Amino acid sequence: MTFARKYWIVLIISGLATCAFAQDGHDHSHQPQTEQTHGEQMHPQNAEMSAEAPAEGHHEGAHSPCGHSVSEETEFNAGDNAVHHIADANAIHVVGNTYIHLPVILYAPGHGWKFSTTSAFHAHHHGNGEAAQDGYVLVHGNVMRIQNPQYASGEVNVDDYTHKDTTIDGKTKTLYYAVINGQCNLLDSKTTFDGGLMGGGVTSFYDYSITRNVFTMLLTVLVFFFLFRSVANSATKRHGQAPKGLQNFIEPFYTFIRDEVAKPNIGPKYEKYMPYLLSAFFFILGLNLIGQIPFFPGGANVTGNISITIVLALLTFFISTFSAKRHFWEHTLWMPGVPAVLKIFILTPIEILGLFLKPFTLLLRLFANITAGHIVILSFVSLIFIFGDAGKNMTGSITGIIASVPLSLFMMTLELLVAFLQAFIFTMLSATYIGTAIEEPHHHH
Amino acid sequence: MLFLADFSVIKPEPGLLFWTTVIFLLFWFVMSRFAFKPIGEALKKREQDIQDALDEAKKAREEMAHLEAKNEQLLAEAREERAQMLKEAKEAKEQIISEAKERANAEYKRKVESALHDIENHKNAAMVELKNKSGQLAIEIAEKVLRKELGNKAEQEAYAQSLTKSIDLN
Repeated sequence: MTFARKYWIVLIISGLATCAFAQDGHDHSHQPQTEQTHGEQMHPQNAEMSAEAPAEGHHEGAHSPCGHSVSEETEFNAGDNAVHHIADANAIHVVGNTYIHLPVILYAPGHGWKFSTTSAFHAHHHGNGEAAQDGYVLVHGNVMRIQNPQYASGEVNVDDYTHKDTTIDGKTKTLYYAVINGQCNLLDSKTTFDGGLMGGGVTSFYDYSITRNVFTMLLTVLVFFFLFRSVANSATKRHGQAPKGLQNFIEPFYTFIRDEVAKPNIGPKYEKYMPYLLSAFFFILGLNLIGQIPFFPGGANVTGNISITIVLALLTFFISTFSAKRHFWEHTLWMPGVPAVLKIFILTPIEILGLFLKPFTLLLRLFANITAGHIVILSFVSLIFIFGDAGKNMTGSITGIIASVPLSLFMMTLELLVAFLQAFIFTMLSATYIGTAIEEPHHHH
Repeated sequence: MLFLADFSVIKPEPGLLFWTTVIFLLFWFVMSRFAFKPIGEALKKREQDIQDALDEAKKAREEMAHLEAKNEQLLAEAREERAQMLKEAKEAKEQIISEAKERANAEYKRKVESALHDIENHKNAAMVELKNKSGQLAIEIAEKVLRKELGNKAEQEAYAQSLTKSIDLN
């Protein structure tokens, strides 16, 4: 009986959480009714575009040369929804039209730095800014830059933002435009270091802003700092006494990392590497957990962003490589007891490749696990909108909720496990790599 | 409505790379200095304390067991000594008793002998006295008989008779 009661409590809580996740979607789905009138008010100069767009809906046909308005109603797309929610953003969308504005730090080569906040763009619903500042605009909470040098400085009113799919070299790419004074101005996304492989690349500006992910990292780090400070204080002050309160919660993690991860994998010199392993563990764990919270201040998919995992994996790579002993290099580059031909053509190339593959798998594993978890949860939440035809069909919505809540509950529980598991695996493998690098010869022979 | 179907999380961004590096390095430095180090030291100290306490308890237990064994030994010794003493006392008692008996016997014998001796002596003396008295009496009677001899015969005899009667052999 108590079990049944507990189950219901959990179900209700997860239902609330699911609805919180869904909140954002609801706003989107209810918006279209007001959207059309709003659109007309926004760009009176663009009469032919604003008149046509609502009438035509999302059908291909007559529309302005720079595509559909980003505020235009389209069919609910669960994939787009998920991808949008796991992405980083310059402003934090809390609920409805409430945004938490964050600092923007932008750099355009030839135009210098720009320091401001997202509030300067006068963002209204959907995180679209009404004003362009020194060539920068805010589209769906993300900073973009107008390519046209005419607007490179000063404040300009933006009537609307549009998007259009084009095919370049067989790849479909979405182009974004800012409509200013009835003219379409192509927008640049921020620079990414994917070398064009993932549709990004070096553009006209760099974004060093305190984004949602950076904000979440700072928050997590601060929370952990104060948490650990209090534990450290009581651990030092209460010497000779039994541990109490938070100590009992934090200290087992410490001893776990020390006794189960560092000592068996690194060996007697483990103490030197403890701070890194602990930092990595708690950093990843904290971000994984805060990413699980479906509403502000959580919800940011930090450890599911490859930039973050790259930094962590690189640190493990540098630490293990720079502390590697002669014995490790010997076994990597010139394995004793193997014929020279085999060494030159097979073993050594594989080992060198392995050197870089190790951190690569490390960064990919964490990134893929967390992102996948977020996408699955968001997909289950999307069921509400798929069944409910994006908020138009109440019965469908209720059916969707009934289907969505237990599935989301299941996934969230699983993700809770994954949050701990991935933090542990990253730390464990880091310890293993360090351990192999600093291994002493007598262990092997 | 949602159009940013751009899988941006897989694209490394300079801003995020930069901030993650800065934040994590700071976190690493600050935490190792102000959190992990004191916690680790406190834990180590506590573990040492617990180990020490356990060792001490073990030592105390061993000492206790040692003392107990010693006590047991002392007790056994004492018991043995007591038994020894009892045995000796018993022996002494028996010896004293037997000695006393012997001595008493000897005394008794000596006393009996001397008594017998005394009796003999007294008897002898009494006999001598008796002999002396009866001799004296015989002489006295003979004297009186002789003094009345020359009278009549009948008188003589009657007299002799009365004399004989009057002899008191006491």
